[in-house]
Amino acid sequence: MSGLSRRAFLKGAGGGLVVGFFVPAALKRFAAAQEAPAAATVLPPVNAFLRIGADESVTVLLAHSEMGQGIWTTLPMMVNEELDADWSRIRVEHAPAAVEYHSTVFPIQMTGGSTTTWSELDRYRQVGAMARTLLVSAAAARWGVAAGDCRTEKGFVIHGDRRASYGSLAEAASKLPAPGKVQLKDPADWKVIGKPTRRLDTPEKITGRAKFGMDIRLPGMLTAVVAHPPTFGGKVKGFDASAAKAVPGVRAVFAVPSGVAVAADHFWAAKKGRDALKVDWDLGPHADVDTAKLREAYSEKSKSEGTKAAAGGDVEKALGSDALVAEYSLPYLAHAPMEPLNCTVRRSADGCEVWTGTQFQTVDQQRVAQILGLKPEQVAIHTTFLGGGFGRRANIASDFVVEAAHVAKNLDKPVKVVWTRDDDIRGGYYRPMAVHRIEGSLDGRGNPVAWRQRIVSQSIVAGSPFAAMIKDGVDPTAVEGASDSPYVTGIANHRVDLHTTDPGVPVLWWRSVGHSHTAFAVESFVDELAHAAKRDPLEFRRALLERSPRVRAVLELAAEKAGWGTPPPPGRARGLAVHESFGSIVSHVAEVSVEDGKIRVHRMTCAVDCGVCVNPLGVAAQMESGVAFGLSAALHSELTMKEGRVQESNFHDYPILRIHEMPKVEVHIVESREKSGGAGEPGTPPVAPAVANAVFALTGKRLRELPLRLA
Amino acid sequence: MKLSVNGKEHDVEVSDDMPLLWVLRDVIGLTGTKFGCGMAQCGACTVLVDGHPVRSCVRPASAVAGKSVTTIEGLSAHGDHPVQKAWTEADVVQCGYCQSGQILAAVALLKAKPKPTDADIDAAMGGNLCRCGTYQRIRNAVHRAAELMGERS
Repeated sequence: MSGLSRRAFLKGAGGGLVVGFFVPAALKRFAAAQEAPAAATVLPPVNAFLRIGADESVTVLLAHSEMGQGIWTTLPMMVNEELDADWSRIRVEHAPAAVEYHSTVFPIQMTGGSTTTWSELDRYRQVGAMARTLLVSAAAARWGVAAGDCRTEKGFVIHGDRRASYGSLAEAASKLPAPGKVQLKDPADWKVIGKPTRRLDTPEKITGRAKFGMDIRLPGMLTAVVAHPPTFGGKVKGFDASAAKAVPGVRAVFAVPSGVAVAADHFWAAKKGRDALKVDWDLGPHADVDTAKLREAYSEKSKSEGTKAAAGGDVEKALGSDALVAEYSLPYLAHAPMEPLNCTVRRSADGCEVWTGTQFQTVDQQRVAQILGLKPEQVAIHTTFLGGGFGRRANIASDFVVEAAHVAKNLDKPVKVVWTRDDDIRGGYYRPMAVHRIEGSLDGRGNPVAWRQRIVSQSIVAGSPFAAMIKDGVDPTAVEGASDSPYVTGIANHRVDLHTTDPGVPVLWWRSVGHSHTAFAVESFVDELAHAAKRDPLEFRRALLERSPRVRAVLELAAEKAGWGTPPPPGRARGLAVHESFGSIVSHVAEVSVEDGKIRVHRMTCAVDCGVCVNPLGVAAQMESGVAFGLSAALHSELTMKEGRVQESNFHDYPILRIHEMPKVEVHIVESREKSGGAGEPGTPPVAPAVANAVFALTGKRLRELPLRLA
Repeated sequence: MKLSVNGKEHDVEVSDDMPLLWVLRDVIGLTGTKFGCGMAQCGACTVLVDGHPVRSCVRPASAVAGKSVTTIEGLSAHGDHPVQKAWTEADVVQCGYCQSGQILAAVALLKAKPKPTDADIDAAMGGNLCRCGTYQRIRNAVHRAAELMGERS
């Protein structure tokens, strides 16, 4: 039995069961403070991941955060594949922050890297199988029959004419020793995994009952907003709080490391207080950041050799003198989740509680403990629903949580710190700006013989606890998708280099991380080579992908479903791209037109091979979502900086896709028994290149900068 | 001032410029209406005022005194309004943060146009952003809601 140790599994305690993890007293207080506690107040079986109540409730605890990607449904599906409970009885909760919930692939509790589904496929099935084993044993003991002669169905153990509900067996089952090992079902017998299943969080989310971090309300709570410096690395020199304090409802104004906090009875008073605040800023060392100048500097840098990320053959020689050269440029991007960042902190005599939508429980917990002089286990993290994450809420510095802890330290009341949209857009931790310069050569038959790619970008992990990811001077999050591209590595003479810059702009993983820029550069340049070779873009790629049959099959499926090779509707053209990331392969075929000088995407045909697909309905949703996210970047979004100041501030100048721009998206999922891969991120990378390649096919204009602009 | 929200009268003491959104959320305690942008750009704060969609983040509460405000909490007693049913069938939601606003915008649209086309939906709901990109399913759900409402009447 992997994943779950027996020690962690069951520790019988009285009539109920306290299992696997310590439930902090604070958590119980939290439960009591909730408006409508779940019916299952008894905590009988089964372990840290599952509770079965005498009231027949079956509660699955999530070690990861629900931020839209659908794990609120996917993880319970895994449990129930083995457990055989009545699906309509399943309830879901976010687990508290505790060691038992550390990821199976990273030594922290977190949600990211599109890992949740594949990394929990074993653990959550084991949870279900162990619980079922215990319930069957309890029933068999009650009836004096052999466990092997019992079967289960929809929340009942059955032997002949006898039936016992899981709820009625829960307490007895909780007193049994944990099974030493469990036999998981043969995938051929799966009934739940692979079945299109609607989301379990819909009822809360269509009635306004779902609690996001922003919705936390505690007795006596204040709401605070913080005035942040206008530049990255700026600091408070001094401030005049008199006008802010005069705003009715403002209770306190004080400096914190990230700026000046205004705490008030409610958001509106706090915001008005902040508007009235006068702050004298020390602009710090990055007051000259200018993205137009960075762009020039990056371009210049891309002409020289950098740190090697991948190499094969003799690229210098093979490139020759008439190589095709192209430079691609991508801007800084904000994640802009619909729910602006926020965090609520309540201190008490023996610890503190934090309510927030986070992707990084362990990191947040440790940092809050440090700030408040507590041990990590004294900090209870209550994960709420996330109103979107996309990486922004997996902050290495825990910026929005740390800030709230500092604000709370200055107050004797609970406080919710709320970021405005402007704070969010201007608050840093962006997808890094990147320039890629690619040179390539073809042989006489139009086959690529050399590929040299130089990437100029920032490191996401340098200087952080994640810096160990850097290998031989290369942050893999800056080159992934290029250094390991089957196109690139399949060419005999290739080299991928990285220049790591440090302009002082905070950067972070943004849905699909490095792939969000590498796929655009790689798939655009492949298209340019195909054109130079006078070959069909599909046929050219198929030949290059000869040694990557899985990737090629996905490309072929998307092309076939899109009608590649047949004439598109009048005035439209198609472009394609395929990209592997996070263990899955996605290909998009974009069908575009140009109307009034603007690119319009009518249709996206998507094929995905994510290995074992747990919930096809969820995977399709993530592909649609990835398309929308990718189209926002392809068509609209860009952050610019002048004199160290971010110029954009809200959705009027940092536009994201709107409904009238949403193409018809068709998703085709490859039937696969390969290892399960991610779904949250892989849909995004091939979007922009597919669109750019379609625009080229339509207009003959090769657009090498995002967002794509025709004029 | 007196506010009528979901058929219930509330007497609140707030400044005249305080947006309806914050009165709903921070004073009355109805948190289903969401803050997304604060400048009527995203539609997350959409509520119905006398049946019409309004961006509550820029509408002072004082301006709706005496009118009938409906928030997501007041749309149906059991989450079974035809639009909510259609949202469930179409498996629309992802993170869910924008969906209160989306649903109320759809309710208003269907009242004005019981059989909307895709173009009608795009025009009526262009002000409601969804960063998760649930737009295609929103379209499907609005059409389904139109069917359900047609069957009901």
